[in-house]
Amino acid sequence: MKQDETTVTANGGVNRRDFLKLGTGLVVYFWAGPMDVFGQAPPAVSTDFNAYIQIGANGRVTCMVGKIEMGQGLQTALAQNLAEELEVAVDSIDMIMGDTDLCPWDIGTFGSLANRQLGPVLRGAAAEARTVLLQMASERLHAPVERLQVKDGVVTDPVQGKRVSYAELVQGKRIERKVGKVAVKSTTDYKVMGTSARRKDAIEKVTGKAKYTADFVLPGMVFARILRPPAHGATLKSVDTSAAEKVPNVQVVKDGNLIAVIGNRPDIADKALGLIKAQFEPSPNKLDNKSIFDHLVAAKVETKVVAEKGSLAEGEKLGEVFEQTYLHSYGAHAHMETHSTLVKIEGGKATLWASTQRPFGVRDAVAQALGFTPQNVRVITPYVGGGFGGKNYTQNAVEAARLAKLVGKPLQLVWDRSEDFMYDRFRPAGVVKIRSAMTKEGQLALWDFTVYAAGDWGSPTFYDVPNNRTVAAPIAELAWRRGDNAGGVHPFNVGAWRMPGTNTISFARESHMDILASKAGIDPLEFRLKHLSDKRMRGVLEAAAKQFGWQPGKTPSGRGVGVSCGLIYGTYVASMAQVEVDKNTGAVQVKRVVTAVDPGTVVNPEGARQQVEGCITMGLGYALSEEVLFKDGEVLARNFDSYEIPRFSTMPKMEVVLVDNRQFPPDGMGEPPIITMGSVIANAIHDATGARLLQLPMTPDRVKAALKRS
Amino acid sequence: MERSIAFILNGKPTRIKVDDERMLLWVLRYDLGLTGAKFGCGTAICGACTVIVDNQAVRSCSVPVKEIAGKKILTIEGLSKDGHLHPIQEAFVNHNAFQCGYCTPGMIMSAYALLLQTPRPAAADIVRHMDGNLCRCGAQVRIVEAIQDAAVAMKGRA
Repeated sequence: MKQDETTVTANGGVNRRDFLKLGTGLVVYFWAGPMDVFGQAPPAVSTDFNAYIQIGANGRVTCMVGKIEMGQGLQTALAQNLAEELEVAVDSIDMIMGDTDLCPWDIGTFGSLANRQLGPVLRGAAAEARTVLLQMASERLHAPVERLQVKDGVVTDPVQGKRVSYAELVQGKRIERKVGKVAVKSTTDYKVMGTSARRKDAIEKVTGKAKYTADFVLPGMVFARILRPPAHGATLKSVDTSAAEKVPNVQVVKDGNLIAVIGNRPDIADKALGLIKAQFEPSPNKLDNKSIFDHLVAAKVETKVVAEKGSLAEGEKLGEVFEQTYLHSYGAHAHMETHSTLVKIEGGKATLWASTQRPFGVRDAVAQALGFTPQNVRVITPYVGGGFGGKNYTQNAVEAARLAKLVGKPLQLVWDRSEDFMYDRFRPAGVVKIRSAMTKEGQLALWDFTVYAAGDWGSPTFYDVPNNRTVAAPIAELAWRRGDNAGGVHPFNVGAWRMPGTNTISFARESHMDILASKAGIDPLEFRLKHLSDKRMRGVLEAAAKQFGWQPGKTPSGRGVGVSCGLIYGTYVASMAQVEVDKNTGAVQVKRVVTAVDPGTVVNPEGARQQVEGCITMGLGYALSEEVLFKDGEVLARNFDSYEIPRFSTMPKMEVVLVDNRQFPPDGMGEPPIITMGSVIANAIHDATGARLLQLPMTPDRVKAALKRS
Repeated sequence: MERSIAFILNGKPTRIKVDDERMLLWVLRYDLGLTGAKFGCGTAICGACTVIVDNQAVRSCSVPVKEIAGKKILTIEGLSKDGHLHPIQEAFVNHNAFQCGYCTPGMIMSAYALLLQTPRPAAADIVRHMDGNLCRCGAQVRIVEAIQDAAVAMKGRA
């Protein structure tokens, strides 16, 4: 490769203030060639690749990314992406994640984006870094680049028997060098990607040393608790804070509607909050968790045709039209760590430690709230104690920043569990109506799919149906981005949730397919395969069936087995489950779940397995027990006793089959495996009992009601 | 009532002047600087704040400090000795029995209490004992396996 130019600069153009604190060393600058060098590089991610990598004088590599670690193992998986192309050991990489002063801008950690969108950028950055370093080694060793070999950050010239490390090459220098287009490895050449590199966070997390936002303590810091209305839409009528103000070490502050108690300890502030006497006008909202579905169907929102093929009228002629409606209640994120922020405002600059999936989103929202420029707000993201889409939003951080400004001291705002439920951006309730018809031979002829409130992600059918149409309302996606109530459709704000609407959509589609298979008297796996020409979908179904030991049969067979499949982003999923149903209590015990996933190339098999297990577990929650009950604007789910998430005793035997498909780059892994869970359990319940559940979650009461109907 | 309370904390005699109605969790975290125990629910139903008091697992968010006077407290910070992980911690690492890690200190301390009482628990014993410790990420199956491994490694000793 031709060497373009080398310049040594004093300051390399890095304007991130604390960059120098990382230590001296090589900062590798990249002028990316055409984006196709990196395959999937997305438009939203910085193309200033130098911002991602620093090679220290001590040989350690610092990788800076705006993504955050919330348990999904990105700290390790992203390091593997970098190590693969840079040719350094994964253990030699230190990750700095989610620090808005040190890391390049990032859209946020959601949508299973990290490996599928940031991965190619990091690999491209690392490939260019390696190219620069090899050029430098070539000059140092007086050997042509083509002759050099590199492993674990050491470049060797086998002819002369000489070696030089990356650290030796860059020590004490800042070098700016432009190189042209570089090639990245083919997925089949991966040596680090595709291996189960050990989690980088393990030791810290088992020793209690891992720091989450609320674990940071600053001198003179105070703790805030906010006065909340009993319901969404309830307004403050009168308030008496005198008793709270008398508590030692406690101060009451007001800023418009924001009334808070500030204490020298969190529990002391909390106790004083309980002394505030406040009266509220009731919420004008009259919806509840039963009436919501008719409301959602009737809501006047813009709809669009997402997909269309053939003619619905033609399809209707080919068989009896069968229509069914599927419902899905609101769901909470219920991450174990509630929303938390620590804020310090000093010298016109705000520094936040925040439990967020969107550090740059928090930065901008806080800057706006404080009247600061974004450059004067720094967000540091420690370990996040679970997110699942719930920490995409900024309310907690903005409240903390406003209060810190008011009191003029470093301030921690950790939401109580009750607040965390009330102000959670719930996964929106959704309704799906399906009109279908099939021929006498059991061939699908009509598929008319309408989604209400659950968006359109993953809504077009992947089955071969000659006449089909999918209609959905785009407002839901907007709500997931903004965390609002989607143009007033919902009684409270809603948001993203580990494949929010797709769980609802997939429940409807795959339940309906099962009903049709049963009507046609065809084994449900065979019925699906009969309508599938997509090889990857067939592949995951066949992989799941092999692991499960699927025995074909008409349903209901009494065995309690079910199948489901789904596609979202570029990831294919198939699940099979076995359940036992207590016909007296309506309780469902899931005995076994097999999930096969084809996400393209698997970055870290062990990490991927953990994500699938997490999806199966969280999926059991939305399938069986998780439902946000509410009435007149009041959220009735306020803690883990009124919102039941899966427990040890819920767990089935879980088997994960990873289809490491090297024909494709890594796609999403954190969310896709959850989308089959509602339907696979519903289908297994039907197979066990003949009862068809049409609403999630499938609580014992709903199971009993369905048993009565069947 | 503000008074001086003495107890043994991770093997060290400790004395602190504190309102004795305050819950142990907050005193550990913000008076004694031990932030391993976590706030999860505030009502003793999630287990993130679990610590050991006189060999019993307790929910520190709901134990007033006055109840620990004269007792032995063990938190996650006191579990590894001389830089060596406790076998339970080691087993959690080997099984990747965590994801976000927020519930992990509580899980490990609950498991520690179980193995004190039942050195060789069956899987069903573990499920029963751990059922009140919540994990949202879905590490439960791995946690059960880790506890079984730890029991073997500990050979009946805690």
